[in-house]
Amino acid sequence: MLSFRGGVHPHDHKEITKDKKITELSPPDTLYIPMQMHIGAPCVPKVEVGERVLMGQIIGDSDAYVSVPVHASVSGTVKEIKKILLPNGSMSDAVVIENDFKDEPFDEHGKNKDYTKFSRQEIIKMVREAGVVGMGGAGFPTHVKLSPPEGKVIDTVIVNGAECEPYLTSDYRVMLENPEEVIYGLKVLLYAFGIKNGYIGIEDNKKEAIKKMQEKTKNEEGIRVVALKTKYPQGSEKQLIWSITKREVPRGGLPADVGVICVNIDTCCAIAKKFLYNRPLIRRIVTVSGSGIKEPQNFSVRIGTPFSYVIEAAGGMAGDVKKVIMGGPMMGIAQYDLNVPVVKGTSAILLFTEKELKQPNTDVCFRCGRCSYVCPINLMPYYIADAYRIGDIERCEKLGALDCIECGCCSFTCPGNAKPLSRVREAKRTILENRRQKA
Amino acid sequence: MTQSLILALAVSGTGLAFGIILAIAAKIFAVEQDERIDQVIEALPGANCGGCGYSGCAALAEAIVKGEASVNSCPVGGVEVANKIAQIMGVKSEDVIRKRSICRCAGVKDAAFDKYEYTGLQDCVAASRLSGGQKVCQWGCLGLGTCVRACMFGAIQIVDGVAVVDKDKCTACGLCVKACPKSLFALIPYDAEECVLCKNQNKGAEMRNICTAGCIACKICEKACDYDAIHVVDNIAKIDYSKCVKCGECVKKCPKKIIRLI
Repeated sequence: MLSFRGGVHPHDHKEITKDKKITELSPPDTLYIPMQMHIGAPCVPKVEVGERVLMGQIIGDSDAYVSVPVHASVSGTVKEIKKILLPNGSMSDAVVIENDFKDEPFDEHGKNKDYTKFSRQEIIKMVREAGVVGMGGAGFPTHVKLSPPEGKVIDTVIVNGAECEPYLTSDYRVMLENPEEVIYGLKVLLYAFGIKNGYIGIEDNKKEAIKKMQEKTKNEEGIRVVALKTKYPQGSEKQLIWSITKREVPRGGLPADVGVICVNIDTCCAIAKKFLYNRPLIRRIVTVSGSGIKEPQNFSVRIGTPFSYVIEAAGGMAGDVKKVIMGGPMMGIAQYDLNVPVVKGTSAILLFTEKELKQPNTDVCFRCGRCSYVCPINLMPYYIADAYRIGDIERCEKLGALDCIECGCCSFTCPGNAKPLSRVREAKRTILENRRQKA
Repeated sequence: MTQSLILALAVSGTGLAFGIILAIAAKIFAVEQDERIDQVIEALPGANCGGCGYSGCAALAEAIVKGEASVNSCPVGGVEVANKIAQIMGVKSEDVIRKRSICRCAGVKDAAFDKYEYTGLQDCVAASRLSGGQKVCQWGCLGLGTCVRACMFGAIQIVDGVAVVDKDKCTACGLCVKACPKSLFALIPYDAEECVLCKNQNKGAEMRNICTAGCIACKICEKACDYDAIHVVDNIAKIDYSKCVKCGECVKKCPKKIIRLI
């Protein structure tokens, strides 16, 4: 079985929403569409208060290279432009749209169906226009990913269907319900690079998805569906590339350095939607799960829908909810305000009651070394944590704190609940801050 | 007998020879060091706190002798040390105003509202990176003790969720000023008494949902002051200590009781 060294095996809890079909969530009256849902320069609003916008119309854009435009996810009127809180805790300008429930599309339907008519540059430009970002959570603009630095030859495209985070079933449902779109998106990418070597990697706890994708790719030349060992963080880019191709992304490098481009299932669908139906990225699949929700669901949600609306649509909270997380439980971000909107990177909304959150209130490291054992990138988290504890940031850097992918395996496995990740992450940010100050 | 005598002579002879060589080498390769450096090191407190901005007392001594730093650069030593160093350096000592540090937040647990429950690393820097910390007030003290750990003199304590500086233990080295992610610490003259314990720049009406112990920019203190020493700038009262005469009027009139005598 394809795998990598390290990692942990948390209970996946996917049974809760595994068999729940993706349902289209009707958009709310008011949507808050942030100008920054990606890594890079924030967009500038291109519409004015009172203006009527159509579904799929660009409402924010930026001239910066590392940035993608933002689209209206419904048709309606711009009510105001104000600063709002985002799920990642930062503040950003947002265009508030009052929905008129007409869903009047901005663009002609399905005019670019044949991707083979376009050159690689044109395809990349169209991907940018569609506002596609990495939808696994990080939100890195996909068109930047598709433009590797000169001299780097891409020979493999990997579609990441690992979905290793517990509770999440959005990618799984997409693979079962829209396998054609996934394959179409992959074909667009393979065509853009002029190569015939595509992989769809799926963890082997999703047997049905593997079967389905294998069935659908039977007659596709150069596309292989591979089963991966169920292990967290199998869906991390570098680990996935190693598992499938046995190539190691160099320190501080990009997948392009080893000739690989890696995209998420939902990202692949977003690319396919641009070409198939000429639709930009205005929806995303969100798993609503956890013990604190009445009816766990897989929703197709318009970008900009407030969390509270999504939770209400899933029957509301059950019991005494103590924590709400955007994303998976391992790497997701805890929320304190449910008025935040669903953004491009919102793969799940998880609600937990006290039961799941029980954690010993200790902070002890007894140097058992388990964190080093499970670290998928071979760091020594307890060493870095110790160096941070005494304020030796230089040593943290020497020990490779910057290579940390923040997967949380170390904190998950720590018997003393010493939260090594928290310290490594702080060390990492301090190093980056110091660098910025020097520059 | 003779053998041991020869041995003894040989050993002491080699020792003597090496001694002479070393003595000559020391003369030839001698590193000239200003003797005043040692004297200044002697005069400095020797806490190596780094409050002066140099990596320790020795580094500061060197900088003073080289003329890169002024004789009153040591914030810990105060007037006394400055005078001693001035004497060594043969210059007239400039005036040193003894200072102390204060934490400008009065948002104790019951006063300041929280936006979430923080269970992470007990460190203000870590907490402040999670959308500014658990307090609704983005300026407020997080009370996780990063300053307590930074202080070399044990002068800071967290009391009811807010850092409090012990006036007498504080040496104004400034380490807390650097450590606090919220920049809450300020160095004020040692004998100043009135302090504004708030940094919140929100308007008065917004304060209702943030903290009950916050400046509401009502300007009552401004009107109460006969000496033009307190002004509300950016919705926060600021005292000009060069004008303050310690009459205590502002302390009496402040409706939120955040101008205090400490």
